[in-house]
Amino acid sequence: MSQICGMSSIQFDKAPHIISAASVVGKKEGEGPLGKLFDLVGDDPMFGEDNWEKAESTLQKEAAQMALGKAGLLPTQIRYLFAGDLLGQLIATSFGVVDMNIPMFGLYGACSTCGESLSLGAMAVAAGYGDYVLALTSSHFASAEKQFRFPLEYGNQRPLAATWTVTGSGAFVLAPKGGKARITGVTTGKVVDFGVKDSMNMGACMAPAACDTIYQNFMDFNRQPEDYDKIITGDLGYVGQKILIDLLKEKGFDISKVHTDCGIEIYDQQTQDTHSGGSGCGCSAVTLAAMILPKIEKGSWKRVLFVPTGALLSTVSFNEGQSVPGIAHGVVIEHC
Amino acid sequence: MADILKEKKNQQYNEYVKQVTPTHSLPMNMLKAFVTGGIICVIGQFLLNYCGSLGLDKDTSGGWTSMILVLLSVILTGFGIYPKLAKFGGAGTLVPITGFANSVAAPAIEFQKEGQVFGIGCKIFTIAGPVILYGVFTSWLVGLIYWLLKAVHVL
Repeated sequence: MSQICGMSSIQFDKAPHIISAASVVGKKEGEGPLGKLFDLVGDDPMFGEDNWEKAESTLQKEAAQMALGKAGLLPTQIRYLFAGDLLGQLIATSFGVVDMNIPMFGLYGACSTCGESLSLGAMAVAAGYGDYVLALTSSHFASAEKQFRFPLEYGNQRPLAATWTVTGSGAFVLAPKGGKARITGVTTGKVVDFGVKDSMNMGACMAPAACDTIYQNFMDFNRQPEDYDKIITGDLGYVGQKILIDLLKEKGFDISKVHTDCGIEIYDQQTQDTHSGGSGCGCSAVTLAAMILPKIEKGSWKRVLFVPTGALLSTVSFNEGQSVPGIAHGVVIEHC
Repeated sequence: MADILKEKKNQQYNEYVKQVTPTHSLPMNMLKAFVTGGIICVIGQFLLNYCGSLGLDKDTSGGWTSMILVLLSVILTGFGIYPKLAKFGGAGTLVPITGFANSVAAPAIEFQKEGQVFGIGCKIFTIAGPVILYGVFTSWLVGLIYWLLKAVHVL
């Protein structure tokens, strides 16, 4: 049977399993509503290093080693690594994984990279190209602020629609069998641009992309919102969530009952001063590892559509007056 | 035709986004900026009067006042306190000379890891640079106008 499904999806004949997952986060995330669920909470924002970029590399290293440890694997047993982060030229990834000596594909999908790495990793496993594949992503509040916005000590007021970049890294080991969760299908996102130029309102930039991917997923798999126990986007935040629900209603689907967003789940908006919610590659990755997967493994959620969302901008494109397009990658994860 | 339709759709979406995006209350922000900026200026006035009472002339007193305010701002920046003040006070903390000091000190701290030359040296004025450039340019322009008006005996 063909595994090609609809316009932009794959339904795997032999669905790859997620056999282990690990999450490493910073102090602020540890103080949030999901704090107790994370595998490791670092008190030191530098994670023992002397700069933010190295700190983010250490996050990736820790998460990867923990996921391997949980699966009882050595780095040499991993056939491929699909990994990425938000920094220019993926330096957090390169320096984080260099010692593990695993054949690597470096990915950039902005904050959607977690979905991208899981999609490609699942394809590699399903196609029989590797017994074990590792998907790894990270973001760090300070390194992201430094690259995309202002130095940390610079005084300014963040808009209410702004999100807070999550300090964290999530790692996932995929294999043909084992574990209690599997990736049964993926819907690959397109670059969607609705002409929003406000880089401090990334929820609004990414919501159309999330809408496009979720709609495409419903079409390709011939499903309704009710066919999913949860539809979980990556980092739309409160503003983006409202827009996404409205946009999908226009297309005839009401996901308000099943939708949630990792950026909303990870922080307490009232006490943690995070405004619209969390964001970053780490946001969806650590929420998947710490909160979503355990619920799927237990069977409290049977089928989840996980849709990390990314805003595709750079400081150059922004200064040159370009809008901020979005992208979102859908991954269908089911209990087994 | 397709371009016009797309542009219209984008415009509609942007208007819709504007409606659902929460913003800070402008009157509240203005009040906070007024109070915060006012307090900074009162501290400045206190320093100026104090210097005057020590017998310093007006220009020297002004110099000391600016230097002390800049020093205070840099120290508060280093301890991470100035961003908290700015979060509350907004433009009230950014417009006075203390805000300028913060915008120079913050990149110096952040980019120190990239070295004395390529880090601090190249990036210290990433935020304050435009202010310095256009400040100097504007004063040159005003000077030119002043000179011209003098030359034609208007002034």
